[in-house]
Amino acid sequence: MWSYFARRLLIGIPTLLAVVLFCFFLMRLAPGGPFDGEAPVPPEVLANLRARYHLDDPLWQQFFSYLGNLLRGDFGPSFKYKDFTVTELIAQGLPVSIENGLSAIILAILIGLPLGITATLSQNSARDYAVSGLAMIGIVIPTFVTGQLLILAFGVWLKGTPFQLPAGGWNDGAFLNRILPVTVLALPFVAYIARISRASMIEALRTNFVRTARAKGLPYRTVVLRHALKSALTPVVTFLGPATAFLLTGSMVIETIFQIPGIGRYFVQGALNRDYTLVMGVTIVGAAFVIVANLIVDMLYAVLDPKVRYE
Amino acid sequence: MTQRILDISDLNVRFATEDGEVAAVSDVSLHVNKGECLGIVGESGSGKSQTFMAVMGLLAANGKATGSARFGEIDLLKANEHTLNTVRGNRLAMVFQDPMTALTPHMRVGRQLTEVLERHRGMDTKAARAEAVAMMARVQITEPERRFAMYPHELSGGLRQRIVLAMALLCGPELVIADEPTTALDVTVQALILDLMRELKEKHGTGFVLITHDLGVVAGLADRVAVMYAGRVVENASVAEIFAAPRHPYTKGLLACTPRLTDAPTAVLPTIPGQPPNLQKLPSGCSFHPRCAAVFDRCRAERPALAEGGTLNACFLNHSVAAGGAA
Repeated sequence: MWSYFARRLLIGIPTLLAVVLFCFFLMRLAPGGPFDGEAPVPPEVLANLRARYHLDDPLWQQFFSYLGNLLRGDFGPSFKYKDFTVTELIAQGLPVSIENGLSAIILAILIGLPLGITATLSQNSARDYAVSGLAMIGIVIPTFVTGQLLILAFGVWLKGTPFQLPAGGWNDGAFLNRILPVTVLALPFVAYIARISRASMIEALRTNFVRTARAKGLPYRTVVLRHALKSALTPVVTFLGPATAFLLTGSMVIETIFQIPGIGRYFVQGALNRDYTLVMGVTIVGAAFVIVANLIVDMLYAVLDPKVRYE
Repeated sequence: MTQRILDISDLNVRFATEDGEVAAVSDVSLHVNKGECLGIVGESGSGKSQTFMAVMGLLAANGKATGSARFGEIDLLKANEHTLNTVRGNRLAMVFQDPMTALTPHMRVGRQLTEVLERHRGMDTKAARAEAVAMMARVQITEPERRFAMYPHELSGGLRQRIVLAMALLCGPELVIADEPTTALDVTVQALILDLMRELKEKHGTGFVLITHDLGVVAGLADRVAVMYAGRVVENASVAEIFAAPRHPYTKGLLACTPRLTDAPTAVLPTIPGQPPNLQKLPSGCSFHPRCAAVFDRCRAERPALAEGGTLNACFLNHSVAAGGAA
């Protein structure tokens, strides 16, 4: 089994390389360049800048020199934030995004999973419909809407009451400043997890082995927790892998709305500014997170299903 | 007077489906005495499994059972989940027919056995383990210690079937409902398992309900046989009578379909013509009349009651009692 995981990790390397390759050339295909600001730059200055960043070299040469630097762990200088390297920008933003993302995913699991599973205990009851309905609403309303609504509610309407919350800004990660963005980040995932766990639990409760467990006279709680739950968790775990990777690498919408110094913002700004190296850096980090998250999902499959462990 | 352990009377099972109500079991009355084995025979869809799913309180969510099923002092059809759970797996156990899916895939089989003893006997882990291993040996599982720690997918179908059987027998139940318990086993193991069941029956007075379409198994273990067709009991008699002098045309047909070693190798295997009826659109009168060779006008108009006529059977050839009493 361990050799299987080692192999999976090795497959991650060509995957990352492919990401680098595509991303590099796609960025260059986009019209415009990093120095096309609003105020026109004098041609001599532009020529100097282009030379300084090797933008006049043949594209393949630029690619290989980027790749070479990357292998040494150097993401290169940012085109826009001229005092920083991309490595520095990521090192600043990533911990913030990870903290928020992790809080959000834990919150989403802690609320979504019990919600979905208890809904099945009383299938088609009012409670079940309420959970399904709320989950559907949580999925269809985009975060930029929930974000604004929560800001309106807790920042404006409740202003002056004890329930007032900071509606933006980071304040060095003070707890109160985190509540709204983490909530907005978590909401759609609460909804997804509730829906998925409800569906897979219903499936699990129909299996023959659950019937056997009930025929043994085990209390329903034991039947659900000991026999049904584990097999119902597989689809949830499948969803959680990519979802976690997505959340940890920062949400551009939420980080923009709440002015959070995570790496999600860099992605949007970098793309708009044609800050080639910054976009590349954030994308590569994101891809690495997805690869690792999927690997962890595979390991969790082995925990949930002894058959997988065997193979 | 022999003691009745299970007394089912006027059991009806209905399933609500999108295309209307399905009458899976209709007006079934059966009983099992202490130390007796009742064989239930019938084609797929005859209601034989659903009758006992209802008794166990394990009907699917869209199923509803009416009537009564007395087990000791309890009516199983009216008992609440808590009461059922003190009986199920303890005094009343069921062996399921599909060994490949009847065990929880992510639990070691040993644990699936010990949890029954912990639940009903209050045993600690160690005592339960010893008891479970001993029971595994009794149901002919070789190397029980080693297999105790295995997952279901590491065992063959036959071994899994024996685990399911061991699970049912652990608490020394008064009644075991066995749904095709030997179908997955090869003949030699099948014989040993039937011996074990016979021993439990004779020495401990365990009652058995043997749901099967294997008439050979019925002949070997059952004392009485109930033949079911389209959700109803059509004949109910001692095993000797059923095999020597079946009265209902359907029972006769079933017996004629059993191949014998003395048949010529080239002989064509007889079959009952036609298909079992659709339970949503049952034929008028006797449900078997479209497939019956001896059908006459009355069979199409009226349904015969289960009444005395050589054996307890539901056929106008043997008696003239119609269901509902109007003869």
